[in-house]
Amino acid sequence: MRGATQARWAVCAVAVALTATACGGGDSGGGGGADGIVSSSWGDPQNPLEPANTNEVQGGKVLDMVFRGLVRYDPKTGEAKNEIAEKIESKDSQNFTITIKDNWTFSNGEKITAKSFVDAWNYGAALKNNQKNAYFFQYIDGYDKVHPESGSASAGTLSGLKVVNGTTFTAKLSQKFSLWPDTLGYAAFVPLPKAFYDDHDAWLSKPVGNGPYTIDQYAKGSSMSLRRWDDYPGADKAQNGGIDLKVYTDNNTAYTDLTAGNLDLVDDVPAAQLKNVSSDLGDRYINTPAGIIQTLAFPFYEKAWDTPGAIKVRQGLSMAINRDQITSQIFQKTRTPASDWTSPVLGEEGGFKKGLCGPSCEYDKAQAKKLIQEGGGIPGGQLKISYNADTGSHKEWVDAVCNSINNVMGNNKACVGGPVGTFADFRSQVSTQKLTGAWRAGWQMDYPLIQNFLQPLYYTNAPSNDGKWSDKKFDDLVDKANGESDKATAVTTFQDAEKVLVEQMPVIPLWYQNGSAGYSDRVENVSLNPFSVPVYDQIKVK
Amino acid sequence: MGRYVIRRLLQMIPVFFGTTLLIFLMVNVMGDPIAGLCGDRQCDPATAAQLRTEFGLDKPVWQQYLTYMGNIFTGDFGTAFNGQKVTELMATAFPITIRLTVVAIVFEIVIGISLGVVTGLRRGRPVDTVVLILTLVVIAVPTFVTGLLLQLLLGVEWGIIKPSVSSEAPVDELIVPGLVLASVSLAYVTRLTRTSIAENARADYVRTAVAKGLPRRRVVVRHLLRNSLIPVVTFIGTDVGALMGGAIVTERIFNIHGVGYQLYQGILRQNSQTVVGFVTVLVLVFLAANLIVDLLYAVLDPRIRYA
Repeated sequence: MRGATQARWAVCAVAVALTATACGGGDSGGGGGADGIVSSSWGDPQNPLEPANTNEVQGGKVLDMVFRGLVRYDPKTGEAKNEIAEKIESKDSQNFTITIKDNWTFSNGEKITAKSFVDAWNYGAALKNNQKNAYFFQYIDGYDKVHPESGSASAGTLSGLKVVNGTTFTAKLSQKFSLWPDTLGYAAFVPLPKAFYDDHDAWLSKPVGNGPYTIDQYAKGSSMSLRRWDDYPGADKAQNGGIDLKVYTDNNTAYTDLTAGNLDLVDDVPAAQLKNVSSDLGDRYINTPAGIIQTLAFPFYEKAWDTPGAIKVRQGLSMAINRDQITSQIFQKTRTPASDWTSPVLGEEGGFKKGLCGPSCEYDKAQAKKLIQEGGGIPGGQLKISYNADTGSHKEWVDAVCNSINNVMGNNKACVGGPVGTFADFRSQVSTQKLTGAWRAGWQMDYPLIQNFLQPLYYTNAPSNDGKWSDKKFDDLVDKANGESDKATAVTTFQDAEKVLVEQMPVIPLWYQNGSAGYSDRVENVSLNPFSVPVYDQIKVK
Repeated sequence: MGRYVIRRLLQMIPVFFGTTLLIFLMVNVMGDPIAGLCGDRQCDPATAAQLRTEFGLDKPVWQQYLTYMGNIFTGDFGTAFNGQKVTELMATAFPITIRLTVVAIVFEIVIGISLGVVTGLRRGRPVDTVVLILTLVVIAVPTFVTGLLLQLLLGVEWGIIKPSVSSEAPVDELIVPGLVLASVSLAYVTRLTRTSIAENARADYVRTAVAKGLPRRRVVVRHLLRNSLIPVVTFIGTDVGALMGGAIVTERIFNIHGVGYQLYQGILRQNSQTVVGFVTVLVLVFLAANLIVDLLYAVLDPRIRYA
């Protein structure tokens, strides 16, 4: 705070006149070192904070601090490693025996047993509990009984889950799924204490978990104070005294607060500030890949898009988009041009393959125009790309994509943007098959597996296959991959399935999204995990 | 007087029902809010159906409206999508916005009226011209520009204030946001007062008061100002409602978790319970402020009576 004493006095005088408290400087509180408190920006979670009911980043952030599950994804590599699980074994990729470690407790002292998991999963899957992530339990046998597509449930618990003893339970899946243990790091699979069922409202107002932090104070909609749990049994103990999350009405304000020294960490640098970020923060700016891919999706329920000719049109459109230019000029390199349908965070072993899409995802003006014309031109004569105009500054890049396509086609009307007022309205139009042209689509991974980038999106009638694309060869390959007991073989089979996407181009991959964050000079060792959530427990206060 | 108040209160009833119905319909037109709850993926149909039943979205709109209005009279404003009671949201948001509005109104009254009186009495002098130009500038520059500029200068460059308001939002942190919020209205109040004063300064009763040898201060405050305040009070009265509802921009810039922020969130998430609830209360505030303004007329000018 530079010399502003006089002005400050003037403001203080006004403040006192208006019956105010003292005019303090920026006091972040909590001291430094191992007990230092880190303040961080936050957004108001959209849903109640329950593990199986939280499906967005803001709520997920808290769950990541307060809970640990059977498996945890390495914050650096994304690799699934056993956390509470001692071992997860299967002979046939369908019947799993899960043994948990004996020394884990919840922060209220309750011991974590096999039952803590089974009860929590049954709760999450049951239709009557309205859990938005219920479908994570769909692979477990009996899911269709406790959570039917329509009508009421005919069973209260999943028949595939059985408690064997205090530290062991078994899970029977409804199909072979060799990579299933790797999915168990998702927040929906964490154990829940008895308090959750006994007094649900009280638990929701102050969740109790088993992670490195406990919730000290929670003022819904405005702030949450998390403090280190000293008796935390895990290996990843918190390196700081706690985290204060503060809800911001606007991420620009959060960024301003960071530059003014009132905030330690912003995990979402607003697009408008990307130009200034290196001069404001220098090397305290993080821009690393996250498990998010953005695509253009098409309506296969519309006859015109489901023809052999339309395949060429889609491939042509893909080649008409200048990904390099758009990612560097509009996104300031916070996105990377996509060349497959997964994400770089998976790594080579996990199934990411740079360039798998081949020339179909490379900018080639001449070839693009040729393909589109060979395919009979854009159905309806014009491509309309729908997007929601309320958040995410989608307008800029949609216009840029259209520009790129218009340039190639030599026609100013070949592609136009189609804004939709709110995200909810946009999603409802997408999910009820109301759109007749293309639309922006995005996928944020639930767990770092190639399966998660393919099956929920492109498998016939999969929950997020909004365009209703269907291909027998793709489905068969996915089924085959899920049945493989060897992980490496499973991954290559998934990649074979991905090659079907190259041939058919059901959606056009655009770019991989990065996580971006900035931090103050009061803290160090800040990083983002593959889900673009800060690794809070590793942050050190100087 | 009593009869007048009762008549006015009765008039509020149709206005109240009309506005809430309109808001209700407008929010409903925006489409299915449940679709937005599951992020970029489709909610599974069974859960979506359950949620629709829980929030009463599966019924026809008129039925939803009737149930909603019925609930309101028992003090139940419904539940927001994040599981919080709307009344709970109101209990946190309204005190903050009321504080902010009070700060803004105090600025309007103190600075606006004083400047108006000063310039009104010195028409054509340099002070008058300077203030006129200044108010013109303030009216011309949008609030978010003034807000962001003050935030950047006072908050980041000079470090006099914190750029964002903490969640408790004490009065001292609300001074700068209050000033920003008040700025445009303040300029109008100044100009209204100035014109009104300048007009009445030539009135017979002022000349009489001066001729009687009353001290200048008494002439200005008791005779001139009191009679000149009627248009100003009307403006400030309607402004109370406008400030509370229109604080969205200011609240966003300074991170104030008040009514504007809740309304914004409610609209983004298409949460009709939140939007309708907040707007209903704002409508009531607006109606009450108007009634108070009308009653104040009689205090300022005893010739105005209500039968």
